[in-house]
Parts: sequence; C-alpha cells; structure tokens
Amino acid sequence: MYTRDPAFWRAGAIASTLFMSAVLVILAVNSLDAITPGGSHVPLYDVINNQISYSYDSARGEYVPKIGGQELLFNHEYSETEAKALIGKGKMVIQSRACMDCHTFFGNGAYYAPDLTRAWLDPVWAEYPGTKRGDAMAAFLMHPFRLGYHEMPNLHLSRDEAQAAVAYLKWMSAVDTNGFPNGFGVAQAK
Amino acid sequence: MYRSQRLALRYLTAAMVLFGLMVVFGILASIYYVHPTFLLNTFNFNTAKILHINTLIIWHLMGFFGAVYWFLPGETGREVEGIALAEIMFWVFCAAVAIVAAVFIFVQYGASDEFSMWFINQGRKYVEAPRWAAIGILAVALVFGYNVVASAVKSTRRSGILMVLIFDLIPLVVLYLDAFPAMTDMSKDLFWWWWLVHLWVEATWEILIGCIMAWALMELLGTSRRVVESWLYVEVALVLGTGILGLGHHYFWIGTPGYWLGIGGFFSALEPLPLLGMVIHAIYDSGTRHLRAGNRPALYWTLAEAFGNFIGAGVWGFMMTLPQINLYSHGTQWTASHGHFAFWGAYSCGVIAVLYLAVAGSRERKALDGRAWKWSFALLNLGMLGMVGGLLVAGMDQAFFERALGGSTWGAFIALQHRPWYVEGMWTRMGFGVLFAAGYAMLMYDVLTIGKRRRGEAEEPLKEAAA
Repeated sequence: MYTRDPAFWRAGAIASTLFMSAVLVILAVNSLDAITPGGSHVPLYDVINNQISYSYDSARGEYVPKIGGQELLFNHEYSETEAKALIGKGKMVIQSRACMDCHTFFGNGAYYAPDLTRAWLDPVWAEYPGTKRGDAMAAFLMHPFRLGYHEMPNLHLSRDEAQAAVAYLKWMSAVDTNGFPNGFGVAQAK
Repeated sequence: MYRSQRLALRYLTAAMVLFGLMVVFGILASIYYVHPTFLLNTFNFNTAKILHINTLIIWHLMGFFGAVYWFLPGETGREVEGIALAEIMFWVFCAAVAIVAAVFIFVQYGASDEFSMWFINQGRKYVEAPRWAAIGILAVALVFGYNVVASAVKSTRRSGILMVLIFDLIPLVVLYLDAFPAMTDMSKDLFWWWWLVHLWVEATWEILIGCIMAWALMELLGTSRRVVESWLYVEVALVLGTGILGLGHHYFWIGTPGYWLGIGGFFSALEPLPLLGMVIHAIYDSGTRHLRAGNRPALYWTLAEAFGNFIGAGVWGFMMTLPQINLYSHGTQWTASHGHFAFWGAYSCGVIAVLYLAVAGSRERKALDGRAWKWSFALLNLGMLGMVGGLLVAGMDQAFFERALGGSTWGAFIALQHRPWYVEGMWTRMGFGVLFAAGYAMLMYDVLTIGKRRRGEAEEPLKEAAA
C-alpha cells in the first residue's frame, strides 16, 4: 500500500512545509507594515508629545490606546527625528540593563517584576499628572524606592538614560495591542 | 570508536556540566521569589535568570551536537568529514561559554551603548550573549552543518533521516542571525525575536530531536528504518504544518494585527497532534518489544521524552494558548510552568536517553541497568512535576487575580505577592527544585559508574530481552 512507502509521507512533509512557509511570508509582509511606526498599530515616535490614555472601545470589544492633545514630556516638543533618537536610546537602556529579564514588555520577558506595556499609564503615577509624570518616573528609575513587596535594584542610570527609558515607556503605551492588558487600571480606579 | 564519537562524549560531558549549572542558577533564581530583597544590588534576579536560561539553551544545543556526532558515523558508515575542525570548535564553544558566563557574573551590565551589545549583554531574553559570542556560536553551528553535509556528500549512504537533518540545519542557522540586531521598535523587535525563539524551539529543534530520537529508537529497540523514517516525515509534516503558523500565538499582543488571534489560536490548537503521534509511535515500538531493551535507562528516558513532550509542550501549551485564555495567562507564572515542562519533556529527556546510549557504547555494553538510574529518573521527574505544579497554581492565581480581576497594574502585581496560593506555589517550586537537584546528583553518579560494575549483573536484562 502506498502509505507504507516513506516517500508518500516525505511528499506530505515537503508540501506542508512549503505551503505554510509561503503563508507565513505573506502574513509577515502585511504585519511588518502594520507594526512600522506610523502603521495601523504602532504610532510614530513623536506621539510622546501627546496625552495618551487607554479605554474600552465598544465597537472593537477591547481596550485600546487613545491619543489626545498636546502633553509635553520633559517640557520639550520633540520632532519625529529627535523622538526617534531619544526612544532609540531608551531601547538601548532597556537592553543594556536587561530589563526584560525581570519585567515583561507586551507580556514577553521574565515574570519577576510587573509588565511594562502600560507602565506610563499606571495608577501608581496618578499623583503626577500631565507633564510632571515624566520627571517623577525618571527620578524613580535613577533612585528606585520600595514599591510594596519588591524593591527595584539601582541600575545606575544617568539622567539622560532615565529620561530615554521614560520616553520609551510613554511611546510603548500608545501601541495598539489587541486589548492587552485587559481592563488595565480599571479595578484600581474603582 | 570513531573520533566523532569521542567528540560526542566531550559534548555530552560539557552538556551535563552546564545542566548542573542551570540547576544551581535555577534554585538561586527561585529564592528571590520568596525573599525579594535577596542579594539586591549585588547579584540581581535578572543576572540569575540570564544564567539559568542561557545554560538551559546551551546545554541542550551541546546535547544535540553530541547526539548527532555520536550517531553520524554509524549513519554514513565513515568518520565525520572535517572532524579536526569540529574538535577545535568544541573548545572554541567552551571558551566562549566560559567567558560569557564570567562577564554575566562579574560585570552583569553596561552602559546604554554599542559596546555593551558587543561585549557585555544584549539584554533580549534568551539572546543576552554579547554579539562577539553570538558570532562564535554561529561559527560553531556552521562547522557542525559542514560536518553533517560533507559527511553525507562523501558517503554512499544518504538516509531519509540524514536528509531531514540537513534540511533542518538551514533554518537552524539562518534564524540565529536574529541574535544580532537591536531594533528600536519593540513590536518589530519581538516580531523577529519570535522567529528565533518559537521557530527554533517549536519547529527546528523539534525536527532535530525527531531525527535524534529516530536514530535512538533504531539503536535501542531495533525498530526498522522504514517505520522510523515514515514517522519522521509524518512528524515533520505535522510539526511544521502546525508550528509555522502556530507562531501566531506569540503575535496576539505585541502590536501585530488582529488576524493573528484566529490564525495563531487555530494552528497552536493543532500543535499537540504531532506530539501525540510521537507518543503513539514510542508506545507501539516499545510495546512490540514488551518494554524490553538492553539499555533500560535509555528506554525509560525515551518514553519520558515522548510523554513529556506531549503533556508538557502539547497539553500545557494548549491549556494557555487560545487567545481568550491567553489574554490573562500570557506572561504569568503559568507560562513558566509550561516552559519548564515543555523543555524538560521535549528535549532534556531525549538528551539524557542519548547520553545513556553513548555511555553504553563507550563502555562497550549492550545492556545497562541498576538501581541508581531509577532513583535519578524518579527524583528528576518528580522534582520537575512538583515545580511545574507549583508554578501552575501560582500562575493561575496570577492570571485570575492580578490580570483578570486586578487589571494588571503594578498595584495588582504587588498585591499578588501576598496571595497565599501564589506564595505557596513559589515555595513549592523551590522545594521541588531541590529534589530535582538531588535527582541531578544521582544522574551524574549513575552516568559515571553504570556499566563499570560486574559484567554478569549488568548483562541480566539483555538475556531477558533476548529470551
């Protein structure tokens, strides 16, 4: 019988691999377009000049970031080029200090410390509204204090490094993540 | 014995040393969960975690290299082509691992510049090794690929298993190129990062271990080549047929379009199928031999691999992978539970099975048995199940209370640290981690002594198997 011949199964293996790889490549091209800054899901870097919030969208049935009017970070209006350089620096801070090996970004990383996807919007910073928030977060990153049970180590960030990391977190909070994390901050607000 | 097989023994030895270090750093990392200020600012959690997961990757990779160098001469009927270069690369690999480990331990992190990326720490989970070391690993993998391809070319015997292995080496090497960039856009960074992490661990590594276990089954049980090759092709069709688009379950929440929720959910729901096939295959083959094989530990570790892969990677993965559940389970201790179980079942048990085959071969024994391997088998598996159970309870508590009810904020995360189920889960994990370490110690004792005892005693099961 033909099923007893390994060549039959080999043909199936080759066909399924090639077909699925082709589908993946097509979807990858489409997805990369959506996740390029300025694409449908990822904002341009100069979004850090604006107010960002996160609320339930009843049409989509999930939480989505909303971009509001001007709300400057560190009292400076960044051009797209300046913002890209600052946020690029922020990414290098995040990689060099291996933040991802304690925290998660979009839920990816280690599970020892809180997820940072919407860290910019966290109720813990509620007493620092508007333009004060960036300075408060940068000060925390330079000299972390105890937040409840855990204490973040001092990773010796310079002011520039801390500000770049904060800019990164503000930009990241505006990425459309299909509703993750669900109901962020709602339970706290009640 | 071929030179290639002596190299295999060196690789397996190095793998076992790194396995031990992984256990040490794992237990160390578990302490921070119950004592959050443990070694704060001296040796932070992320350093312990980096050492734990990097030794994990490297010991498995060395185990796979060892397994292939062990079986390759038998498969091609000749010494491995370019063996001298392979021997040099083994020492290059070891030196690179030692230097990187020393830098991780003593330097830990650098400033936010290119120097840190090249020489200290790249800080992308699993891809922390600095770029110079990543180039070294790439060179080792290229030489390994050259050894396999050139040996196949020079040989008159080119089996289906060897062809699958060669085909698999291409993505194995190409995907590793993702260990170099530092993209600003986190969505793009993670998009490509998953091509490396998922398509290695849930696709190319599965095929690689499939080839290795095919050789192991032929040597262990004398299963016919036609049967193992047919099964291997079925596995390739199903693993890649479901696993390539199963990549989509990592694209639910990283900023990628919503269609990944349907595609990723559907294909990852199918991902357990090939793993179930492997269980059926292993049970059928060993059943036809009435569970009798001369090399008892290798047989039991092979069966543990089949079941562990299906339950740990398949069932545990399915349990948390549908987007409606994953919205809450993603990035919790639930993931850690799945990660531990899946790696153990899919890969660690397979490498240990090959280790016992190599031990038998190097000591010129057809049969291996004794008491110590049973203790290590029981302790390691019990230790792993306990860790997985503890993490699962903690992870479910986290998914329901921190994520779903608490809204995922820092406040909810901090509140979680005091919840009894979470705390008990973490203590359970640490306790069973110590049990696992005892199993490791027993495994090392057994591997160093088994087959060196009185010949008559050890040959007993072989007579039984032959009867």
